[in-house]
Amino acid sequence: MMKATVYVTIKQSVLDPQGVAVQGALHSMGFQEVESVRIGKYMELTLDTNDRAEAEARLRMMCEKLLANTVVEDYRFELEG
Amino acid sequence: MKFAVLVFPGSNCDIDCYKAVEDVLGEPVDYVWHTATDLSAYDCILVPGGFSYGDYLRCGAISRFAPVMAEVAKAAEEGKFVLGICNGFQILTEAGLLPGTLRRNMALKFRCHDTVLRVENNNTPFTNDYAPGEEITIPIAHGEGNYYCDEETLERLKENGQIVFSYVSNPNGSVIDIAGISNERGNVVGMMPHPERAVDKLLGSEDGKRMFTSILKAWRDRHDTATVR
Repeated sequence: MMKATVYVTIKQSVLDPQGVAVQGALHSMGFQEVESVRIGKYMELTLDTNDRAEAEARLRMMCEKLLANTVVEDYRFELEG
Repeated sequence: MKFAVLVFPGSNCDIDCYKAVEDVLGEPVDYVWHTATDLSAYDCILVPGGFSYGDYLRCGAISRFAPVMAEVAKAAEEGKFVLGICNGFQILTEAGLLPGTLRRNMALKFRCHDTVLRVENNNTPFTNDYAPGEEITIPIAHGEGNYYCDEETLERLKENGQIVFSYVSNPNGSVIDIAGISNERGNVVGMMPHPERAVDKLLGSEDGKRMFTSILKAWRDRHDTATVR
């Protein structure tokens, strides 16, 4: 068994309205040091395999095909176990 | 001319689309479940609005892998008419049948109200009954209708006349006020506003009717038929 953690984030070139709203909220609470907020997704996947290379290749496919929309999102993942 | 209205788990504008075809055109129309594997009987595929698969992950991200979507791609390839409305538009972009994607509305609010659209291209099978530049009233109802594509794609859309409708007053932050686009060939259109909800004065506007009459006209032109209701 391996555990994969996938992070999907909005590309730097694309405006993240949620992040902007949260930044505004933080500012109004007095956290003036917040220069920017970007909101993304965090996913945990449990994989029934021990082959690291294969798991990586297949995770990349999962990200490209479904987990991220590469028009506006970037992804990265970590593999454990 | 035969219409299909696709139904995914969570579609909620399927009945409106069906009724619009029935009432405006009186042409045969079927509901087609997302598991269908044959759309060869249909001349136009309507991908309706709603919240297919609960909009989980991203709007349209899961629906695009429904069995019927391979058939939609095939129909598009064959030059048949495909119209995605609202969630249908999101599904078509996720499926790669239309460029770009739809982001969360700039104001983070679900917007549900009438909008005024400008017909940017009336030389499509979906808009030939409108005048160029005509302003029409069609309602929107979405939380993720903020159209985005990169600069290069945007230039291509402009050059090829793929921008079909734009908002006169941008409700969601879409790049250059885009409300609806087509593929390069012009036989696939996606739009966030709901023409099927604007087919009778009782509904507030009947400006959406002409999208449906346009489709029928285009089909008749193409098939050189003299079918009368």
